[in-house]
Amino acid sequence: MENRQRLEQIDSGTMPDATAQQQPAKGAPRLLLMGQRRSGKSSISSVVFHKLPPNETLFIESTARIQKDSLSSFMDVQIWDFPGQIEIFENSNVTFDIDAIFGEIGALIWVIDAQDDYTESVARLHHTILNLQRSYPQINIEVFIHKVDGLSDDYKFDIQRNITIQIQDELSDQGIDNAPVNFHLTSIYDHSIFEAFSKVIQKLIPRLGQLEAMLTNLCRTCRFEKAYLFDVNTKIYIATDNTPEDMSSYEICCDFVDVIIDFTEVYGSWPRTQQWRDRLEGEPWDQPLEDQVACDRAEAGMILSDSQRPIMLREVDRFLALVAIMKEGSYDKMPQINMNVDVVVKGLEEFFRITKQKNIVEPTIMKGPGRPLQGGR
Amino acid sequence: MPSSTDASINQAAAQAQLKKVKKQKVLLMGKSGSGKSSMRSIIFSNYLARDTRRLGATIDIDLSHVKFLGNLTLNLWDCGGQEAFMENYLSQQRAHVFSNVGVLIYVFDIESRDVERDLATYVNIISALGQYSREAKVFVLIHKMDLIQSTNREAIFNQRVAVVRRKTAEAVAILHKHQPSPSSLSESEGGIDLDMHLFATSIWDQSLYKAWASIIHDLVPNLGVIETQLASLGVAIDADEILLFERTSFLVVSRWSSHEGDRNPYGDRFERMSNILKSWKHTCSKFTGTPRNAEQFTEFEYKMGPTFSMFVTKFTANTYILVAMPPGEARFNSAKLNVAAARPWFKFLDGPPVSAGPPGQIPAGLGGYSNEMGGMAAEA
Repeated sequence: MENRQRLEQIDSGTMPDATAQQQPAKGAPRLLLMGQRRSGKSSISSVVFHKLPPNETLFIESTARIQKDSLSSFMDVQIWDFPGQIEIFENSNVTFDIDAIFGEIGALIWVIDAQDDYTESVARLHHTILNLQRSYPQINIEVFIHKVDGLSDDYKFDIQRNITIQIQDELSDQGIDNAPVNFHLTSIYDHSIFEAFSKVIQKLIPRLGQLEAMLTNLCRTCRFEKAYLFDVNTKIYIATDNTPEDMSSYEICCDFVDVIIDFTEVYGSWPRTQQWRDRLEGEPWDQPLEDQVACDRAEAGMILSDSQRPIMLREVDRFLALVAIMKEGSYDKMPQINMNVDVVVKGLEEFFRITKQKNIVEPTIMKGPGRPLQGGR
Repeated sequence: MPSSTDASINQAAAQAQLKKVKKQKVLLMGKSGSGKSSMRSIIFSNYLARDTRRLGATIDIDLSHVKFLGNLTLNLWDCGGQEAFMENYLSQQRAHVFSNVGVLIYVFDIESRDVERDLATYVNIISALGQYSREAKVFVLIHKMDLIQSTNREAIFNQRVAVVRRKTAEAVAILHKHQPSPSSLSESEGGIDLDMHLFATSIWDQSLYKAWASIIHDLVPNLGVIETQLASLGVAIDADEILLFERTSFLVVSRWSSHEGDRNPYGDRFERMSNILKSWKHTCSKFTGTPRNAEQFTEFEYKMGPTFSMFVTKFTANTYILVAMPPGEARFNSAKLNVAAARPWFKFLDGPPVSAGPPGQIPAGLGGYSNEMGGMAAEA
């Protein structure tokens, strides 16, 4: 509670007109975006969370104050975008309430511009990790080595190796060995940024293992090659089965979701007339439209010409969709597969109902004596 | 099905109606670096927008024959835009370049520093065109609009349109003064009247598909037949909208909307569908590792609960068809069967050997089949 109050003080004090209208639920994980100026932090959050086309990020102005966004999806996440010029740990003018910033954090994302000289950024990152390790050792530190589009593969991996070694050496010099620091190569011009965010978000999901087990099971029964559970709005995948990661499967599934979203917008987002409906529900159908469909949610399938491999999609709820790449020639088995998918979708709903509930119940328990829900037990 | 004699009579009529292979000379002109070859590569050679960075300058004229559907070949003259070449086109090669032109596509770079000079060149080109091919259609593309901030795009485009129109009118007036042609004099005091269309384009969004769909739309032979056939198909399968795409470019060849489909508030949906499907094709080719020009997907179905259903499927050898329709499992399945059954009626799209079935309308049997199927499935 103290954290929250102090946080509000910061809100009203140092940045009066920061998005104060949002009061996200307590316990919503927070992602902090930090890094040097012009390293691409705001572009990242615009592309991932606001669907800005990557080439339009050219027009984004430099961020002057902390930008707060919240993503309400299957899980509420806050995204704080820090201006590059702010030094959290050494700033003589404004003292930041470190606890308010890092107290409820989910992950710190440090963005490094790979096309620029990154010595200073790495030094600052190192400094930040040291400071955080003292008080908040549980915070995940995710380093995005950014703007790697246009760099050759060799060069990319060289940079990654350099930075990793530098950070780890310096940390172990200070006696810190197992800091939770991860490195990702990213670019907003391809899927890598979404993939990196997927990894970051997955670490924040309670009982991820359970989700993965469900998907693995589905893949085995339906002979899927790969299945993903997507957050439709951001194209972040929140779980996948346990077969090895494969960037190209992720890309095609991601784009499949995009195509479906576009189709839905064009043909599914405007109201039809009553006459239209009346005609369709009259002779020879004599049934309400709702009863004429087999599945009340979005379902899609397509077949690649090459080797006749199908890809299928099924809406799970308002935020999530299941996308899977199927084995060659298995489109004929679609009816059976649909039944299996039905079961898994029900299971997923149950899963999120239970984990969501937990989030709501916990604070009430913590609040004290009342315990309205759990009273007698 | 109609009786065999009916069929043969219809067939004969169809043969008479369907035109033979058509060749169209299409000039692609504009200042050097304005993006002519880039857009050509994207539309006809399945390049990605970002791949066009690799393209070098076009030297002199790059001639290509693009087969579009079975019975239309575009003779695409991609004319290098450097000044030396331009002068050459206008002087020594004038007759060679500007005679028998079906379509002139002139590309303006919105970011150009020397607008006056661009316009002067444009006026010269228009004069030359007026001299040798006065029937030609002119499409002016104001290109690279993505470089303008989106809020200003419309204003800047309109401003440029006004300038181009004024210059064109001037060019036409001068032409008219210098070469009074009896035929045009008799028509009206306007003389040579240019059939001109302007588009704002960018290789980074769907605007390119809008412009090119409109360019090829007028060139497609037998468009009337296609349209009536599509309409009968649409009515028979109870669709809300049908789009017919050319296989490689995914440009919309023809389309049909029901009364309800016409209410769709997205006026840009046709070029948007082209764009979506084409980039989907790229995704597939990246995933499968097959060449971009190869066929990438055969079937695409999407049912959005009780809101709508749609499918995209390979139709004739040169086309894909997209059908958006009301929801309903039985309706969907019978529509798919009927679209498959309607393929022979669109065979002529693959020409040149004209072997179309009865044109004009789908026989009553097909419609009956639809209802019958639907009824059966609905009962089950």
